[in-house]
Amino acid sequence: MKPPQFEYRRVLTIEDAIGALAENENTAILAGGQSLIPTLNFRLGMPDSLIDISRIPSLSRIELTETEIKIGAMVRQRQVELHDDIKQANPILRETLAHVAHLVIRNRGTLVGSLAHADAAAELPAVLLTCGGRVAVVGPDGERSIAADDFFRFHLTTDLKPNELITAASFPVLPPDAGWAFGEIARRRGDYAIAGVCVILRIDSSGNCTDANLGACGIASRPVRLLEAEQILIGNRLEVDVIGAAGEAAREAVQAPGDNQASLAYRQQVLATLVRRNVARAAARAGAPHE
Amino acid sequence: MSTQMFGAAIPRTADPRLLKGEGAYVDDIPLDGALHAAFLRSPIARARIGSIDVSAARSYPGVAAVYTCDNIGALDMEMPLLVPHPCLVGARTQRPLARDDVFYVGQTVAMVVAVDRYTAEDAAALIDVDYEPLDVTVELEAAAGDGAHLVHADVLGNVAADFTQTSGDPDAAFARADHFTKISVRIERSTAAPLECRAVAARHDGVTGELTVWDSTQGPIPIRGGLAAIFNIDEDKVRVIAPDVGGGFGQKVMLFYPDEVLVPNAAMELGVPVKYTEDRSENFLGSNQERTQVHEIELAANKDGEVLGVRDTFLHDTGAFIPYGIAVAQVASTSIAGPYRIPNIWIKFQAIYTPTVPVSPYRGCGRPQACFAIERAMDQLADELCMDRIALRRKNMIRKDDFPYLREGLLFADGLPVRHDSGDYLGAIDKLETHMDIARFRVEQAAARKENRYLGFGLACYVEGTGLGPYEGAHIRIHPITGKVYVNTGLTTQGQGHETIFAQIVADQLGVAITDVIVVEGDTKAYDWGAATYASRAAVVSGNAVYKTALIVREQVLETASGMLEVSPIDLELDEGEVRLKGFPERKVTLAEVATISNPLRYTFSESSKSAAQFASSAKHDRPPLDEGAHPGIEATDYYSPPCATWAYGGHAAIVEVDPDLCTVKFIRYVCLHDCGRVINSMIVEGQIRGGLAQGIGGALYERIEYDEDGNPRNANFMDFLMPYATEVPEVEILHMETPSPLNPLGVKGVGEGGTIAVGACVAAAIEDALEPFDIERLHEVPLTSNVIHAVLDRAKARNP
Amino acid sequence: MSKKIRNAVIKAATDSTAEISLKINGETVTREVSTRRLLSDFLRHELGLTGSHVGCEHGVCGCCTVIIDGWAGRSCLTLAVQVDGAEVRTVESLAADDGTLHAVQQAFHECHALQCGFCTPGFLMSLVNYFERTPSPDLSEDNIRSVLAGNLCRCTGYQNIVAAVRRAAELLNAEEAKS
Repeated sequence: MKPPQFEYRRVLTIEDAIGALAENENTAILAGGQSLIPTLNFRLGMPDSLIDISRIPSLSRIELTETEIKIGAMVRQRQVELHDDIKQANPILRETLAHVAHLVIRNRGTLVGSLAHADAAAELPAVLLTCGGRVAVVGPDGERSIAADDFFRFHLTTDLKPNELITAASFPVLPPDAGWAFGEIARRRGDYAIAGVCVILRIDSSGNCTDANLGACGIASRPVRLLEAEQILIGNRLEVDVIGAAGEAAREAVQAPGDNQASLAYRQQVLATLVRRNVARAAARAGAPHE
Repeated sequence: MSTQMFGAAIPRTADPRLLKGEGAYVDDIPLDGALHAAFLRSPIARARIGSIDVSAARSYPGVAAVYTCDNIGALDMEMPLLVPHPCLVGARTQRPLARDDVFYVGQTVAMVVAVDRYTAEDAAALIDVDYEPLDVTVELEAAAGDGAHLVHADVLGNVAADFTQTSGDPDAAFARADHFTKISVRIERSTAAPLECRAVAARHDGVTGELTVWDSTQGPIPIRGGLAAIFNIDEDKVRVIAPDVGGGFGQKVMLFYPDEVLVPNAAMELGVPVKYTEDRSENFLGSNQERTQVHEIELAANKDGEVLGVRDTFLHDTGAFIPYGIAVAQVASTSIAGPYRIPNIWIKFQAIYTPTVPVSPYRGCGRPQACFAIERAMDQLADELCMDRIALRRKNMIRKDDFPYLREGLLFADGLPVRHDSGDYLGAIDKLETHMDIARFRVEQAAARKENRYLGFGLACYVEGTGLGPYEGAHIRIHPITGKVYVNTGLTTQGQGHETIFAQIVADQLGVAITDVIVVEGDTKAYDWGAATYASRAAVVSGNAVYKTALIVREQVLETASGMLEVSPIDLELDEGEVRLKGFPERKVTLAEVATISNPLRYTFSESSKSAAQFASSAKHDRPPLDEGAHPGIEATDYYSPPCATWAYGGHAAIVEVDPDLCTVKFIRYVCLHDCGRVINSMIVEGQIRGGLAQGIGGALYERIEYDEDGNPRNANFMDFLMPYATEVPEVEILHMETPSPLNPLGVKGVGEGGTIAVGACVAAAIEDALEPFDIERLHEVPLTSNVIHAVLDRAKARNP
Repeated sequence: MSKKIRNAVIKAATDSTAEISLKINGETVTREVSTRRLLSDFLRHELGLTGSHVGCEHGVCGCCTVIIDGWAGRSCLTLAVQVDGAEVRTVESLAADDGTLHAVQQAFHECHALQCGFCTPGFLMSLVNYFERTPSPDLSEDNIRSVLAGNLCRCTGYQNIVAAVRRAAELLNAEEAKS
């Protein structure tokens, strides 16, 4: 299984990358390569050219402000996973990354690359969506910032145009009292999720849930918010019956047809169970420091 | 006095090289100027080939040749049927490159040879084949049923083989029985998936006429014989080398895979070395697979649980061709009664063609399927009779004084009658039961259920006929200058540690250090009598051949040394590379000296060689230096041919926890008890068990080769075919028992497949026990993926709303 | 130093090429390479360092794992052109010149953590990098198996590899204590 022929270009600036993209629509961006190169080896992807963006210095930056974590397009997943300040600001990322592929893949794979690849079962797109994150994009007409919900269109399909480059992804800093959790079920450790759930919630002093963002991967053709489940939680005390009802409501959100790994009914059950268990975990963490 | 090596858990001599990355697997071997091959494979399960246009491929820059069925001369033939048998009513084997028809997705249609593999793949993509798709029936039972589309137009009912075996009088047994238990079980297809894909490289020497083939094979000797025959070359001009081989598990004992003839052919035709390394995709599409069987098994018993007879009829999926004959189905048939007396057996199978990758043995070779059938049936019988499952087994076990226990009418894969030679089956199950402390588990299980946690216990017993013939040989020579001992066998290793265990046997007999025994296998030029590595036979057959040869060499050493020291041989002992007079160790000679003296020399070329010269003090002056009938040097060859298989056995027990919401299975405890007779190296034996077990876990919970209804493979890669990682395989406790085999001088039995056989039955029983409160159906299929477990629970809910 | 590096140039007539310069096991090499050449093939065939093995070419089995600029990575999912200017270490760099095994190699040997040896270099490089980057590794059964997930082995059943990880930690600590 060897790659087909392609033209290889290494660019040192974002402008050069945009220029190279403009020359040929059938061009692939080479960042970490952990999603791209398998498609080349299987000859599922046959780009005319590859643009290696790994030497553009600005893309390797991680920038933290009080409200936002900005992760450049060349930042490796493992770097994000090990970053203590990121963990403090938004601990979901470290918890999620432990489920993404395997450690050695995360050493080279980039966080933005996983977003760009947009596999419907991938974990990071669901986290971006649930957190309300955004993707920064540059094209010949300038820059734009795309909200996660607008970015992920379909399995392996995003709003990115062929002549555009993602330069960074931004995740909000979580409120310090937020409860949070990520959980997934995969067949083996590191496999794509049968279903995965991301939970962020807030609970007021009287124990009522004031805010709940629930997102899921692996259940539809793109990551989705579990809006019905969220509505069941908001305004209520997160007791067993409420959490249970939220889990049950989430079943409706499963659109992925059954396959050999999981029937529709099984996937619904996994989702419902993950919602219950991870809402409970998030609730237990609410109010505690992000350590 | 050095420690005895036989039985010692010494680290392996092959390790340092492999750890340093100095292993030489076929693709590692540098062949200057080599060209590389890639295949065009059929994308359709069953089709007629209208035309093949290779012109674009042929003219692609960097391409040396493109082969189809039309330009491979005499190779355009149906390849050998390896193990013929009268019941093979419709045996078909494939051609190296398809002619007129393709029969499975992945079948080789054309071969491109080019400057590198990348180019070869480019060119292969340019070959234009006109396929006329035909209808297919993929699923096994449907393929065997009425109206199925035929894989081979002239093989009715897709029946490649039809075989019934009988032992005792099953009709009478069934007539007088009080109770009948009948179940249907299904085992799904898996694949060996060794980490090293198959590879073959060939070089033809224009000067000497010698064809050298490096092949990642378990059987270099039959490959050599086959190539010599197919190419009509003298056997001494064909050399086959199995260098380091990265796992085999049965998949690599086969001839021929198309590349094994096409690559040497290209090398000879083109006059340059040619290499082919299968990629992982191709391993899934073109290297043999195994496991799919559906059994309908019925036990006839007395009310007190004595099983009088068994009837089993099964379908065996052989894929699109049947090159290996009925071996897998035959082994399954002859293992169907497990370790139980069950004196009356009727077992019938049909080997059915499906338009899928052909089937040949994979670790277990039919035993896992048979074990699953009999063990699940015994569990159900016990439940129906309200008997404890272990008590039922105990009641039916072959007892110590039953040995040797003959199953007349059942011929094992070696053509010899099934005869359980020795063992302590009752002792084994007692030991396993005690070790598991089931009573205590039941208390824990009850407590866990109150907390909505579901623990389950499962146990399964197995037998393993090992050490098949026809024979193996060994050759040992002690080198005159260094005194090192060189050992050759006709086998080859894929990780089982032959270099170490054979060295242990020799070291004990000749009193040398392990590091002074050099084992060279896997090269027909070094030694070429024997069969191959398969069916858990190396320790038994080659081990005993090595042992017998070592004994002869030992005698020669003692004889020669006694002449040198002028004492009787019985007064001598061998230790630390020397021959010493017992009680007077300063009167001694080294093995090097003995070997030197034993070869009378005219020319001396070193200090040590002088002792063998014509005028040396030891020289005889009154008769020929070499006696009539004697031979120079310390060297011997001997063979071992087993009277029949020797039967290893054991039992597995597991405690699992099943999450009824997520339908996932976690192992709390896994215990494997085994008896493989006397143990040469316990570390290596345990390694074999653990490795086999991991493959068993794969088959029990994760692994399933999937085809869609058009015969397209659905999971021909490592992302979708789920082999277990370290996180999926439990820690395993191993209990040993050692009942020596009475059939061979070393008393050993094989252990290569023992870890795999009982896992499916054990795990299914455990999961079933865990989910008993949900009133689920019986679990009679593997793999039990979480999706399958969910469906089982769903059905139970539907029955009891 | 490590195994002698071969000087072979393999390229198809029509491939585009690039010149790359990298440090491989401490030695600098400069080569012209086809732009689509996988690092795994470049190491094995152009440089003759056949210790890194190819098991799947889709990043799942781990047999091809090497260390690139201090981070373990799959050489089958890396193009040779990507390591221009980088430092690459392969299994051939582990043992000392006199043949003394690295602590991780020694641990594998003692614990019978290899059988056919094909997956072994991938495990070794993954673990060497893991130990390099993890000052106080969690040696619980669960964590060790998590670390090992990502490398497939078909021969050993993993249990001896788990034991080898613990033994390696012991040997590495002993080495550190000495120095």
